[in-house]
Amino acid sequence: MCMTYTIEARGLTKAFGATQVLEGLDLQIRAGEVFALLGPNGAGKTTTVRILATLLAPDGGSAKVAGHDVIENPRKVRENISLTAQESAVDGLLTGAENLRMMARLRKLPRSEQRPRTAESLERLDLSEAADRRVATYSGGMRRRLDLAMSLISRPQVIFLDEPTTGLDPRSRAAVWDAVMQLAADGTTILLTTQYLEEADRLADRIAVVSHGRIAAEGTAAELKARIADETVELFFADAAALTAAAQLLEGQASDERLSLRLPADGAEDVRRALDALSAKGIPAERLELHRPTLDDVFLSLT
Amino acid sequence: MTDPFPFIQRSMRHSVRSLDALLTAIFLPISIMLMFVYVFGGAIDGSGRYVDYVVPGIIVLCVGFGSAGTATAVALDMTTGVVDRFRTLPISSAAVLTGHVAASVARNTVSTLLVLAVALLAGFRPVADLTNWLAAAALLLVLMAAISWLGACFGLLARSVEAATAATFVAAFAPYLSSAFVPVNTMPGGLQWVADNQPVTPIADTLRALMLDTPIGNEWMLAVAWCAAGIVLGRAGAAYLFRRR
Repeated sequence: MCMTYTIEARGLTKAFGATQVLEGLDLQIRAGEVFALLGPNGAGKTTTVRILATLLAPDGGSAKVAGHDVIENPRKVRENISLTAQESAVDGLLTGAENLRMMARLRKLPRSEQRPRTAESLERLDLSEAADRRVATYSGGMRRRLDLAMSLISRPQVIFLDEPTTGLDPRSRAAVWDAVMQLAADGTTILLTTQYLEEADRLADRIAVVSHGRIAAEGTAAELKARIADETVELFFADAAALTAAAQLLEGQASDERLSLRLPADGAEDVRRALDALSAKGIPAERLELHRPTLDDVFLSLT
Repeated sequence: MTDPFPFIQRSMRHSVRSLDALLTAIFLPISIMLMFVYVFGGAIDGSGRYVDYVVPGIIVLCVGFGSAGTATAVALDMTTGVVDRFRTLPISSAAVLTGHVAASVARNTVSTLLVLAVALLAGFRPVADLTNWLAAAALLLVLMAAISWLGACFGLLARSVEAATAATFVAAFAPYLSSAFVPVNTMPGGLQWVADNQPVTPIADTLRALMLDTPIGNEWMLAVAWCAAGIVLGRAGAAYLFRRR
């Protein structure tokens, strides 16, 4: 093999009762990459993460994380990973600092490093002021940040983030994004799952769209967008008569509800030609919108 | 061997900080004791020495009720994401259960001492030498460990925290069908059979004999056997159930 991957899964399958959740999922993630699994609820994202994080055994297929097989050598895998699961894994009755020190001890960090690392992790996620407060008093965003801090206290090689910002307000989401970008800058390999296209677009180097337990498409955000049609222009008309006349003149997709006509438009020239053709026939277009393909379009067309 | 100390410290902090649970574990047995001594006591035994009979039974109730609370603590952990995090650590994460059991034993030691203190105020007059006290303490400690481990199993089996709380009802109710509050021979035939064959009777009898310095006979062996079986089965069962969930 000429290329080694930090996370590599081949043909993962998993069923819960009669429901087939994974149907042969393949994944290759390089060291230092931020990789997003994007997909709707029930696509199999969480199941994939749980298998890779050694919490769940697959029915079929194999997976290696940080060079170790997740089934044959889970302990070695665990030495190199950290998971921030969907459900908060912080202890509400302990303070933020106590949570972190507990992790430091369970991770068997040298005694002299436990306190400095705790302070550093708190600082990094902007929790220093709340360090000695019980976590039960934290807001949702603070809890999620503490969860992340607990993941990174041992500086693991690989971090799994399962829907890190689901249910957070925009401000907390931005704080979590900052933290993820910092980790990425340190060279940590990050596998995150998300339902938000914007999140995948912002954070990930590469994105895999998961649908029905398989990878439906994979690539950078730009590559995925390029797979969908080019830019389009949408022309809006005052009434149905104008729309009908325009639709006879230009080849496009008419929408009676929106009173609009959508045409492929590869650049400004195409737009001008369409408008010229309309004004030559005396059909006035009221306004126009330019559409660039978004990850949403990719997502909807693939899932 | 995984160092369970961080987990023990965690569970101890939980015990101290969940004030409501701690107060219930202390005040419920005390109230039951005062009720038996002052409300029912006169009717059950007119001699006025019922307090000496009932206090060892109340202590068993207190220990059982308090230790069964382990089920709730374990179930609470299992329903949050905390355990998943522990499981992704390179340690044997079942040590989290050891933490709960150790904290339970510590918590119950404190509440047992408090119950005993109130009992002395209420007129309990034990006649026991140091050996008896040490033996009584040892019996109570293995009882706490046994019920805590069984409680942990229950907490792992329960699908919700509410369901796990049922364990405390079992532990709080079992002493009523034993020699803890009234002698078994005052019960109807069917209940006598239950009382004679369930663990609370030999345990309560042994504790009473140790505290009042009366002949013990062979019953202590039965008491110790029940507790040992509880520890062995509870521990093995909890480890198995933890791995399976």
